[in-house]
Amino acid sequence: MEIPYTVSIRQDTGLTNGKIGIWLFLASEVMLFGALFASYILLRTGAPTWPRGASILNVPLAAFNTVVLISSSVTMVMAWASLMRNRFGAFRGYMGATVLLGGVFLVVKYFEYSAKFHHELYPRTSTFLAIYFTLTGLHMLHVMGGMAVNAWFWGPGAKLWKTNPQWFTNRVENSGLFWHFVDLVWIFLFPVLYLL
Amino acid sequence: MGAHAADIDKHVRVYILVFAALMALTIVTVAVSYLHLSVPAAIAVALLIATVKGSLVACYFMHLISEKKLIFAVLLLTVVFFAALLFLPFFTVADGTEARG
Repeated sequence: MEIPYTVSIRQDTGLTNGKIGIWLFLASEVMLFGALFASYILLRTGAPTWPRGASILNVPLAAFNTVVLISSSVTMVMAWASLMRNRFGAFRGYMGATVLLGGVFLVVKYFEYSAKFHHELYPRTSTFLAIYFTLTGLHMLHVMGGMAVNAWFWGPGAKLWKTNPQWFTNRVENSGLFWHFVDLVWIFLFPVLYLL
Repeated sequence: MGAHAADIDKHVRVYILVFAALMALTIVTVAVSYLHLSVPAAIAVALLIATVKGSLVACYFMHLISEKKLIFAVLLLTVVFFAALLFLPFFTVADGTEARG
């Protein structure tokens, strides 16, 4: 069965089904992270003392990771722009860079987590570390999910470009919306966990 | 999709500008944290910068600036419920059950 309104615009919504679908999904994601941010506020205001993130966490590494994720957002949007310009080769380059930058983020996070475990700092160690590992862990899962989808569109999924370039471009735009959301969450996580 | 191939060159220039702004604001965020402001001031400044950065990403990379009405309707609803979620912890203060007392 063919999926309706992947390329043509649906009259009543003014959008493709994919676009409205990804935005509804992102709305649910806002609530998921919102619940955890609310938990963070509750835990912090209820705690007798709360450490400055910088006294436990590695701010330079996290700042580097912020730069990495913002850069990956730019390569992501450039991948989509390349398809709009009908430059498939450039798309491959930008999309590959997006996936690689996601990989760099995960490697840095691996070193950060390892250093914490090495110093016997676990989620059970303190309330601060519990919410730190929960929030960054959930965010990391999102990075992995986004990388998997982007890698698919870089590789085997790109076959669609030959048969239906417009549909493929829309799909890349939608995976981009998710990727930018992951970047957006990190933009808030970084100051909240590391700097305050 | 909201954009035609001819507009893309203009879009790309905006993406580069937004990228530069995001990098600059990241440096500002980190720099401000070394000023050791009081906790309420530090929270206000950090969240203000993060909100500006987040808005840049949402408006330009996610194309919200030129999006259809239905998306805004969905997001308006989301913002209302998100705000309600963030205000929930304050009720614990209002009913006197917070740990600090």
